[in-house]
Amino acid sequence: MLKLAAKRFVSMILIMVTVSFALFVLFEHDKLAVAGKVLGPYSSEQQRLIWLDENGYDAPFVARYAEWLGELVQGDFGTSIELNVPVADVLWPRLGNTAILAAVVFAVMVPLSLMLGVLAGLREASFRDRTISIISVITTSVPEFASATLLTAVFVFWLGWLPGTSAMSAGFRWAEVILPAAVLVIYDFGYVTRMTRAAMIDVMTSDYVRTAILKGLPYQRVVFRHALRNALIAPFTVIVLQMNWLLSGVIIVEVFFAYKGFGKLLLDAALFGDIYVIEACTLIAVLVAVVSQFISDVGYMVLNPRIRFDKVRA
Amino acid sequence: MVGIWTRLYESPLAMLGLALVLFWFALALLAPILPLLDPNTALDAFKLPLSTSEGGVTYWLGTDHKGRDILARVIFGARQVLFWTVLASAVAYVLGIAMGLTAGYLGGWWDEAVSFIGNVFLSFPVMVLYIVIISYLGAGGLNIVFAVTFASAPGIMRIVRALTLDLKHRDYVAAAQTRGESALYIMFVEILLNARGPLMVDVCLRLGYTTITIAMLGYLGLGLPPPDPDWGKMIAETQPLGSFAGHMAVVPALAISSLVLGFNLLADGLRESALDA
Repeated sequence: MLKLAAKRFVSMILIMVTVSFALFVLFEHDKLAVAGKVLGPYSSEQQRLIWLDENGYDAPFVARYAEWLGELVQGDFGTSIELNVPVADVLWPRLGNTAILAAVVFAVMVPLSLMLGVLAGLREASFRDRTISIISVITTSVPEFASATLLTAVFVFWLGWLPGTSAMSAGFRWAEVILPAAVLVIYDFGYVTRMTRAAMIDVMTSDYVRTAILKGLPYQRVVFRHALRNALIAPFTVIVLQMNWLLSGVIIVEVFFAYKGFGKLLLDAALFGDIYVIEACTLIAVLVAVVSQFISDVGYMVLNPRIRFDKVRA
Repeated sequence: MVGIWTRLYESPLAMLGLALVLFWFALALLAPILPLLDPNTALDAFKLPLSTSEGGVTYWLGTDHKGRDILARVIFGARQVLFWTVLASAVAYVLGIAMGLTAGYLGGWWDEAVSFIGNVFLSFPVMVLYIVIISYLGAGGLNIVFAVTFASAPGIMRIVRALTLDLKHRDYVAAAQTRGESALYIMFVEILLNARGPLMVDVCLRLGYTTITIAMLGYLGLGLPPPDPDWGKMIAETQPLGSFAGHMAVVPALAISSLVLGFNLLADGLRESALDA
């Protein structure tokens, strides 16, 4: 098992190196274009050449990449072109805001979808199961910006219960977190619910659960002691992998509600052409995604006794 | 395959999905010959749904902030969204299927290389990948096709590769090999045709997701150029007016939700009837 985990770790590092190299090629192979981005479209070629010379851009490409990578690892992402401050100074607070949003989403989504999934899976094809399944198909069909539009129309403009923007201009307020979090939960919970349901059905129809029931154990005890434990292994990996989806959804939601998080930072940078911010945000996003993939893989190995004790595969 | 279709007819939810998808495809195809107002001409601004102009023209869904008929914009928007969705998905499938089949069937270093590249792309949160690609290439229809291909082909590759690994040990593949058929024939005829069931489910799901993506890029200002309507852009343009003209954004929001719901219900129906078969 350790060997398998080590293999995953190496592939994680390889992917990060590849992504960083691809980004560097994409955004910095054309030195003059970089200088043009920094100095603005009306800078002369001579000004650009001087800037390149002053900022160490005359080194060969691979040397520049190595230096850039070294600075990245130390947390130096360069200076934002648009905001004219170190990228790190903007990035970390923004990431913190997104982390708050993500934490709220997970805190609501995980118990909700596990509960619904277990309830649906306990009695396959019952009315309860059908209702839960239909609801989860509908909610996963409404894209974030559409559900944000609909929720805003109802709760902001019609009922007037909630603020329609989450810019936190008067300091942090929980009321401004509700709508962005709700939109993300609505879009994401259906998938986890369906996975939990499928795992639960699998376990409930397995031989050992049937044996436990036939042995005369109380139904509740079978569900809680025997079934749930194994049924929750698959949803665990799905939930951790939701990080990747959440990082996509968070961009839309933050833009829609003007929430000052990392997603809005990335989009603003992309629209402005702020390449250093794009590079930093992308790398962080991929890092979070790759690390959650790693946690999900290793976690699955640890939780699943069939792999944990399988000497042949490990 | 015949069994799958009859079973599909028996599922009311799958039929609802099919109806929704066909409804939007029909509107998109027929948009130029339907009795609609021009989607880009400014008429009366800020008309409510069901209101009538002085000339006796009825705005069934009202007009937007620039006075353009919302009904016409939603239907022509469907045309835009579906055209680019189908084109982009088709390109992604051609590439993804070719890579998945060859990686799964040939194996070796090619499989390792294709799988690694696929893993690199799949490690991106999808929207981040789109933003990186579009901010490098610039917004526009063909660049969206590129971006969708880069984002979807690795996922398609992974599915096709897994199916190929499963199918290549079947008897009919061995029979074809003994007959002396070429590797190309075996991959694209024997294996691909037998993988079409699970692939159809993926096609429906992916069409739904690509629809979301294209509208989402439009919403973020990275999509198709104005003035032609697309659903995401319609929401972005009219979102600030929500306090007094909420219908302007709600209409396209409902449109895209119903189309994606159609794709997802259809995918569900196909999956269940394939399981029963």
